[in-house]
Amino acid sequence: MVFLVLTVVVLSRMTSVLKTLGGGATEGRIGMSNRINAILFMAFLIFGSIAAAWSFIDASNYFLPEASSPHGRRTDFLFWLTMAIITVAFFVTNALLFYFAFRYQYRAGKKATYYPENHKLELIWTVIPAVVMALLVFTGWRAWRDIMSEAPEDAVVIEITGKQFNWITRYAGSDDNKLGNYNYKLIDANNEVGIDLSDEASFDDFVASELYIPANKPVLLKIRARDVLHSVFLPHFRVKMDAVPGMPTRFWFIADKTTEQMKNETGNQNFKYELACTEVCGRGHFSMKMNVVVVDEDAYNKWVSEQKSWLSTNPDYLARVPEKLKAKAAKYVDAAAGTASTDSTAAPVEGGAAGAAVSASMQ
Amino acid sequence: MATIETNVASVAHVAEHDHHEPQSFWRKYIFSEDHKTIAKQYLISGILWAILGASLSVIFRLQLGFPDMKLEWLRPVLGGWITEAGKLDQEFYLALVTMHGTIMVFFVLTAGLSGTFSNFLIPLQIGARDMASGFLNMLSYWFFFLSSTFMFISMFLETGPAGGGWVVYPPLSALPQAIDGSKMGMTLWLISMALFIVSSLLGGINYITTVINLRTRGMSFSKLPLPIWAFFLTAVLGLISFPVLLSAALLLIFDRSFGTSFYLSEIYIAGEALPNVGGSPILYQHLFWFLGHPEVYIVILPALGITSEVIAVNSRKPIFGYRAMIASMMGIAFLAFIVWAHHMFVTGMNPFLGSIFMFLTLIIAVPSAVKAFNYITTLWRGNIVFTPAMLFSIGLVSFFISGGLTGIILGNSALDIQLHDTYFVVAHFHLVMGAASAFGLLAGVYHWFPKMFGRMMNERLGYIHFWFTFVGIYLIFFPMHYIGIAGFPRRYYSFTAYDAFKTFGDLNAFISIAAVMTFAAQWLFVWNFFYSIFKGRKAPQNPWRSNTLEWTAPINPGHGNWPGEIPAVYRWPYDYSKPNAPEDFIPQNVPFSQTPESNLPHENEMIAMEKEIEAQNYNDQFKQPH
Repeated sequence: MVFLVLTVVVLSRMTSVLKTLGGGATEGRIGMSNRINAILFMAFLIFGSIAAAWSFIDASNYFLPEASSPHGRRTDFLFWLTMAIITVAFFVTNALLFYFAFRYQYRAGKKATYYPENHKLELIWTVIPAVVMALLVFTGWRAWRDIMSEAPEDAVVIEITGKQFNWITRYAGSDDNKLGNYNYKLIDANNEVGIDLSDEASFDDFVASELYIPANKPVLLKIRARDVLHSVFLPHFRVKMDAVPGMPTRFWFIADKTTEQMKNETGNQNFKYELACTEVCGRGHFSMKMNVVVVDEDAYNKWVSEQKSWLSTNPDYLARVPEKLKAKAAKYVDAAAGTASTDSTAAPVEGGAAGAAVSASMQ
Repeated sequence: MATIETNVASVAHVAEHDHHEPQSFWRKYIFSEDHKTIAKQYLISGILWAILGASLSVIFRLQLGFPDMKLEWLRPVLGGWITEAGKLDQEFYLALVTMHGTIMVFFVLTAGLSGTFSNFLIPLQIGARDMASGFLNMLSYWFFFLSSTFMFISMFLETGPAGGGWVVYPPLSALPQAIDGSKMGMTLWLISMALFIVSSLLGGINYITTVINLRTRGMSFSKLPLPIWAFFLTAVLGLISFPVLLSAALLLIFDRSFGTSFYLSEIYIAGEALPNVGGSPILYQHLFWFLGHPEVYIVILPALGITSEVIAVNSRKPIFGYRAMIASMMGIAFLAFIVWAHHMFVTGMNPFLGSIFMFLTLIIAVPSAVKAFNYITTLWRGNIVFTPAMLFSIGLVSFFISGGLTGIILGNSALDIQLHDTYFVVAHFHLVMGAASAFGLLAGVYHWFPKMFGRMMNERLGYIHFWFTFVGIYLIFFPMHYIGIAGFPRRYYSFTAYDAFKTFGDLNAFISIAAVMTFAAQWLFVWNFFYSIFKGRKAPQNPWRSNTLEWTAPINPGHGNWPGEIPAVYRWPYDYSKPNAPEDFIPQNVPFSQTPESNLPHENEMIAMEKEIEAQNYNDQFKQPH
């Protein structure tokens, strides 16, 4: 590693500093050590530049693959553009700093140049950064404005709730494509996100422990937190938004590479998209992960149709449904009983027919 | 501390000032009202805190670099925080991160830096007997001491110190159910910070008053050395922003202890729905960062001020663009107040606000760039003497540039979406504010040690200390950018849970090794510092051949700093290598009438005003009837 080489070089120089200084005291106030320090700055400039360039090339093998969302590729482009500009500034200014330190080291009998100001020069280096900055700000602002714009009407709405220490997704279901209301006071061990069953839109909602996303369709994440701050981070899609208790947030984006495509693109057959928490939330913060699956639209629709509504897997909660909606809600419970008949022993006889009706409406 | 003893006794006293009774040990060294003693108290407290704060970072770096390492050997120190399996407890990891941040930002780089150098240098460089109020100054230190005590005690609690990150965002910090650190540890954190704010305000009021009112004859604002400008603007920043943090802390105390709902709303935790509704965690973030962002400049401005002085003295050149330096500091200080929400781009804050704050944030890059260019130009055609202080100042400029440039990326809200709360941010702020300010602090110590203790520090050790630290810090924080670009989130105990973050194990180990090496090198400084207080070579009157007033005071200045008259000031502090002058420096107290050979045309006109300057004496406290 070049860094280590650099360290060794510095170390060996240091020993020479020590050696020379032993006898250098006779040279007066400013002796050999001044020269050594000046040379070390040049050495640092040269070895540091090599180390910086080499380490970057080496590290870039491990950066994230190309963004899997159009807005992500846009911000990545802006990132690398800005990076290029600041890298130039980084090398030029540091090089001048260390070179001047070396070049204008103390020499006996020499006098520094009395050069207190130069308005023209100062004007130039005020205006140039200002102009560059203005251009960067403008491009950045346009990207920000587009990314943060209102989600398109046809966006797939998925609610994602953070809690210590996992995520829960809720889908609008296939009947009304509308998420039902929620209320944090209704949360309990089964009803983890506080689904409000007095809203009929919630009857067909279902929850999942994975984030399933259709490719090439706008997806609107409605983000909530149950206890403390969390943050939804989808590194491959360049998506991040905090989850705030009491204040729902959102982020919309388009995932345009399916998990399968990514497996091929990265050559890693085990490739998975992941969701990470990026706002410190307690003991389990570092492992608050959810797997993300991106599939094409047909596969997504199929997956949705296979999910059972939350109400149907928790039929006890039928009691929470207001009287006038009972009949409508019962269909979901009955349908589940009819098609799956796994956990419900009290399945009514006519369940089969109703279940068929619901399945039909799903298509 | 024997070296602090005054040698004023050997010098003839002015008639107006003759009450010089020897003070008791307590009044002289402990409850002292002398700005020099208080500065030393701040400095030594700051060094002790820095050792502790850095040790904590080494412990969590071990966890990050070597996740499989058995840390059983730390059990004698950490006790129950080492789990049965010989690993660091996960909540304790968060506590370490939190305490490292809190200690470094507030106790080391705010109190240790401003507290030391504002106290020490303001009276000596502006030509004052002492601070405007010695008593408030003493209170300021002892409030800080009390605050330190509370924070220190919190580290020994069974439930651990605060653990929600140094920003202590609620609801995590408000709910003891959420994390053990939010129990007693958080209470002590809040008490400690409240006391710290009181200390800061007492200090700040004093610095501002002293700079405005107690400048010596002829010391106009346009002749102030740049460190004083920096300390003055820093104090103004602190005075305006710290009270806002106090309000944030008070509301958090209310939420924690009195059932209010300022920051809490719709929370279900530990099997129950809390009754709080209507509060907003975002409110806390706004209040916190209204201090938190200026705080960054509270930390860096004094370091920049110190560097300006050290670079000019050791380049043997006037600082380039003295007025531009002041203007850029004023610009930074003003902008510091209107950029805070760039820490909150992805908190769910209105995106329109994000746009506004992006524009304002990136404006700050302009005055910062001006400062960097001015430092570099000051070196140009200089005659550079590499004292340890000079090395650290050049190091600071390098860090300030390298870390500052990535701020252009993070200040861009569109790019911040991906990088927010990743290691890219950690790398950025550690370079631009952490390492840069620490280098300012170290430069200041090396430069003014002779004035503080009347002795010199060992230069060779200083060089070695610099090169290890400078290279070490780049080895730690430069590669961290790569980890950030790869998306690694900060405050993670380990990265094993994710496929995406399984890479860079070697790089993390490398960073940890560099951190241990850098930490080890600091002991050279600690040894050098304490050894030289007692055994260092005796300092000459003006070891760096510097222009500012402190070097006209006795080598060990006593009570009142100058025996007899305070020197008057006739010229700016940067007359280095003036053409035709016999020496390469002309101190501020040398009148133009004595240097006809080197005067510039407009300076010859100033000779007429010398009589006027000399006639003034209203700022000498010793001349007031009392």
